[in-house]
Parts: sequence; structure tokens; C-alpha cells
Amino acid sequence: MVHKLMRVFLAVILMTLLAGTALAAGPLKAALIYDMGGKFDKSFNEAAYKGAEMFRKEFGDKYRDFEPTNETQYEQAIRRFASRGTDIIVVVGFSYQGVLEKMAPEFPDTKFVIIDSEVKQPNVLSIQFKEHEGSFLVGMIAAMKAKGDTVGFVGGMDVPLIRKFHLGYEEGVHYVKPNAKVLMNMTGTTPSAWADPIRAGELARGQMDRGAEVVYAAAGSSGNGVLQAAADAGRFSIGVDSNQNYLHPGSVLTSMVKRVDLAVFDALKSAREGHFKGGSLHLGLKEGGVDYALDEYNKDLITEEMKAKVDDAKAKIISGEIKVTDYFDIMDK
Amino acid sequence: MDFLITILQLIDGTIRVSTPLILAALAGLCSERGGVIDIGLEGKMLGAAFVAATVAYMTGSAWLGLLAAIAASVALSLIHGFASITHHGNQVVSGMAINIIVAGLAPTIGNAIFHINGDTPPLPHAARFTAIDLPFAASLADVPVIGPVYSGVISGHSFTTYLAFALVPFVAWMLYKTRFGLRLRAVGENPEAVDTAGVSVQWLRYRAVMIAGVLCGIAGTSLSTSLGASFIRDMTAGKGYLALAAMIFGKWRPKTTLLACLIFAFTDTLQARLQGVELPVVGEIPVQFIIMLPYALTVFLLAGFVGKVVAPAADGEPYIKEH
Repeated sequence: MVHKLMRVFLAVILMTLLAGTALAAGPLKAALIYDMGGKFDKSFNEAAYKGAEMFRKEFGDKYRDFEPTNETQYEQAIRRFASRGTDIIVVVGFSYQGVLEKMAPEFPDTKFVIIDSEVKQPNVLSIQFKEHEGSFLVGMIAAMKAKGDTVGFVGGMDVPLIRKFHLGYEEGVHYVKPNAKVLMNMTGTTPSAWADPIRAGELARGQMDRGAEVVYAAAGSSGNGVLQAAADAGRFSIGVDSNQNYLHPGSVLTSMVKRVDLAVFDALKSAREGHFKGGSLHLGLKEGGVDYALDEYNKDLITEEMKAKVDDAKAKIISGEIKVTDYFDIMDK
Repeated sequence: MDFLITILQLIDGTIRVSTPLILAALAGLCSERGGVIDIGLEGKMLGAAFVAATVAYMTGSAWLGLLAAIAASVALSLIHGFASITHHGNQVVSGMAINIIVAGLAPTIGNAIFHINGDTPPLPHAARFTAIDLPFAASLADVPVIGPVYSGVISGHSFTTYLAFALVPFVAWMLYKTRFGLRLRAVGENPEAVDTAGVSVQWLRYRAVMIAGVLCGIAGTSLSTSLGASFIRDMTAGKGYLALAAMIFGKWRPKTTLLACLIFAFTDTLQARLQGVELPVVGEIPVQFIIMLPYALTVFLLAGFVGKVVAPAADGEPYIKEH
């Protein structure tokens, strides 16, 4: 009896394996693994999700996705998708760097894409953005909008990447108002800092009490608390990653958009068309990887004059006339 | 003058941040004074926060959200009561079970209703308890001393915050000046005596946990409709346990508990203000160190200042009637 059961069991396993290989020849099997901020954070992760949705609509290939609820699930999730014969796995966020460095050599036939960090493996495409360039532009807008000399910045988890946002923002502010003060707070030092809007909102209130007229939130899901606090106080805020202008029209001054959606879409597309290459991409203003958002929700907040100045600076950054400091270049010095 | 303004802003922030702590700590106090340990403050608050945000979003009324949140929180209290009062179950286990159930259940239901990651959609302004400007706040603002204190610190908080502070003397009055309060304290110290006097121990304890439920309901509402503008997974972030600690620091007395809550809230506000600020002598303090402050203070206070902490004698003891 036991033997019979064993045989049935083995047969089932064999059939699943065969079915698995047979399917691999069909449509692209893609998987998306989000960061701790969660899929619908209205920001970074949601942008990745939108990119995958765009891909699904255009090619009709379904993808799977996963939201980890704690850091220990990072590795499990990658391993599970990779061992099930997924062709391409997109991991959203720098927190995956360590795990991916270990997993990529283990699954050499699986293609990996990592956003916001670099993993030097032949089967990994690392996509990084020049957030400092986009932050420079929104910093200029903040400085031009503020009547006084104080603006604020609320970061998520205190990591070099967020410091990079901050430095670019600060340089942008000082480009317009050399003596302006940029208040800076970080929500926390653990990944839960990406999902604590109450604390982030309290930090923003603190900055506004100290005179900040515009607060830039680079804090994933926590940023919603900042935007809310600014809207409650009748001040201005700046969104991040996705275009967040629609969240509080009239209060969200602009958003520093990071085209994670396009990056994810392009990576999935190249994998489907068979010309996926590992390597490293740095997307800045020039490549259209970052920008400031202007739409019907904030068009009344940005004057023609402001727009002209920002676009001028944008052209100068692209041509190399203005050099925005990348925090990664100075952090170890 | 700048320094004074900073102090006033700190106090203002402290009052705001302390709201859910005070309410939850009072809830724990009422329950434990009646002899039922309530480690489920966290879960009840989280459940209430979820229900408040959901109902306020659907009806557009923060008041209905508050009522629904209180109902949900009382229901959770009754589960706790049923397990630990009627069936003499372990009160810590039952409370912990509530925490775990709610942490999973709220985002699951949220996801089923709104499909946004277990959170609720952001609430419109009208469906929240927003800042209330007390009368004359604007006209008094320029008066020296009184102006900044009145309009900067006292005015401009939400209904739930004012309610939290009003409830402290009310709970004190209830505990020490009413017959119900006397019986409640007695049932937490010596339930046999209460039983001998012909008063139902079980019914008194049920009332104690229900009061805790109401208070946790308000605490949760303040989180999702006043301090925040939607329910977010695990948004209580340990406030229930912090409230429990405040209650122990306060030695199960309302006024000292309030003080403990204010100290916790003050360190929390202070750490937000200290980040990235150049201090005289020491210079800029690293963020990691500042974030550690409230916890370090907790250990420091517990070790040095609080003195002997004595819980109600029958706290955590199920009462089994002898025949």
C-alpha cells in the first residue's frame, strides 16, 4: 500500500516537472517581488506594479507577484520563484542586494532585475536612477515656492539612497536660494520606516512648526503621512517615485517621479524578445529615468516663470553644465 | 525666545502624540484594577483603528466611525472576558490571541473590501477628527505669554485628544469617588470579599473589560482618523505595549499614568526634533542614537525612579467561586 502511494506520488511529481518544462517554452514567466512598503504604496512599489501591468496589457503574459511581510521572506520568495522555472524575477528595492548576490549564482539560468541597487552577476540587470538629478529640480521648485528661507525633507529609512535624494534636493534649494535652510528628518533606521506614516507626519509637522513651507517626502508609504500633514496645515509637499500630485490637489507641489514603471516594462520586454542582457543601467534626466511631475493637479501651483527656470536647469544638468553631487560618490570620503 | 517657542512646540507635539497612549493606558488601568490583565490593548486599538477608518470612509462621518470602533473594540473585550472571566482562561494568552487575530484579520478584511494592500483609502477632511480651534485662539495669539501657550499649545488639537485628557480626571473620579469604583478596586484586590458581600465578581469584571474596550475604541479612532488619515497595517506599532508600560510606571493610578504617558510621548517628540540638529558641545547626534532614546529612558526610569511597583493583588487571577 505504502509503495503504491509512493509510486503515485512520484508520478505526480514527475508530471508536474514535465508540465513545468513544457510551459517554459510558452509565454514569458515573470515574477515581481516588492519591497516592505507594499504593492500599493502609491509610490515606489506601485510604480513597479504599473510597469508590470503595462507589460501584461501589451503582451498578454501574466506575471506573478509577492509582497514580503518581513525581511526573512526575501530569500524564500526568490528561491521559490526561481526553482519553479520563472524566467525573469524583478526584485524591487535595494534591500534585496545581499540576498540577490547569493541567489543569482545559484540560479544562473534565471534572469534577475534589481531596482535601486547594483549586483554584479552576469544574469542580473541592475537598474539605478539618478535621483539626485530629479531631487535637484524639485528642490529648486520648493525654494522658488517658499516665501521664506526654510524648506524640509522627510526621508524613510536612513540609508545612503535616501541621503542621495536629500543631497540633490539640498543642492537644488541652494541653487535658487543659497542661504536657505533645509530641515532633514529620517523616519527610522529599520525597514518598517517605509510604512510608518504617523511618525513621518509628526516629523513633517515638526518641520513646519520650525518654518518649513515645503516638505519633500522620500519615504515610500510613510510619505503619505507627510503629504497629509502638509495638506492639513495648508502648506506644500513634494511627492516621490510615482506621480503623487493627485493625492492632495493644491497642496502637493510636484512629485519627483522615478520611472520605475518604464524600467520594469523595458526589462520584461527585453526578456520576452530574447535580448535581455545583464549589466548596469543608470537612468537620469537625460534618459528620462527621473523628472518632476507637472499635470492638471498642480498646474496652478507652478508659475510659468518657475517652470522656465526649472527647465533651464534641467537642460544644463543634461548638458553637464550643472553637476549635481551624487551622495554615493562622496559617502566614503 | 526661540528656545521658548521650541519648548512650546515640543509640548504641542507631546500632547498630540500622547493621545492614543493615554487612552490605551487608561483602558489597561480600568481592566487591571478589576483584576483582568489586558495585554490585548494593542489588538483592540488596531481593530478599532481599522473599523473607524473603514466606517468613516464608507459613511463620510468620523462620529459613526468612532461609534463603530467602540463597538468593535468592546466586542473584542467581551471575547477576552468570555475566555478569561467566564472560563477562567489564562488572561495573558487570551489577550495575546486578540493581538494576533486582529493583526491578521484587519488587513485581510481591508484587502477584501478595498483591494489596496490591506489598508483603507485616505479619508476626506470631513470624515476625520481634525484640529479644533478653541474660541479666541486667533485673537489671543498676539498676547504675550498667554497667546502662544493658549493658541499654540492648548488650542488646535482634535476632539479625541481633548477627550483623552478629559477622561483622566473622569476615570480617577470613577475609581475613587463612586461606589462602582470602590467595588471595581475591591474586585481587583480581594474578589472573595466582594463575593461575600453579595456582589457579582464576574459582572464587575465584565464591566471593567468593557470600559477598557470603549477606551481602546477611542484610542484606535484617534490613530486612524485624527493622527493619521487611513488605516495602515500594524499602525499601532507597539503603542499598546507602551501604554501597558506607562500604566505600570504609573502604578495603576490615573494621574501618574498620565504623567508616564506624557514622558513617553515627550521623548518621542523630542527625538523627532533632535534629528539633524546641531547641539551645543556635542554637535550633531547620530539618528540611530536618537531613535534609541525612548527605550533607554524606559530602562532608566524603571531601574531608578519608579520605586516599588505593586500590582492589584488579584490582577491576573481568575476568580473561581467555592461552593
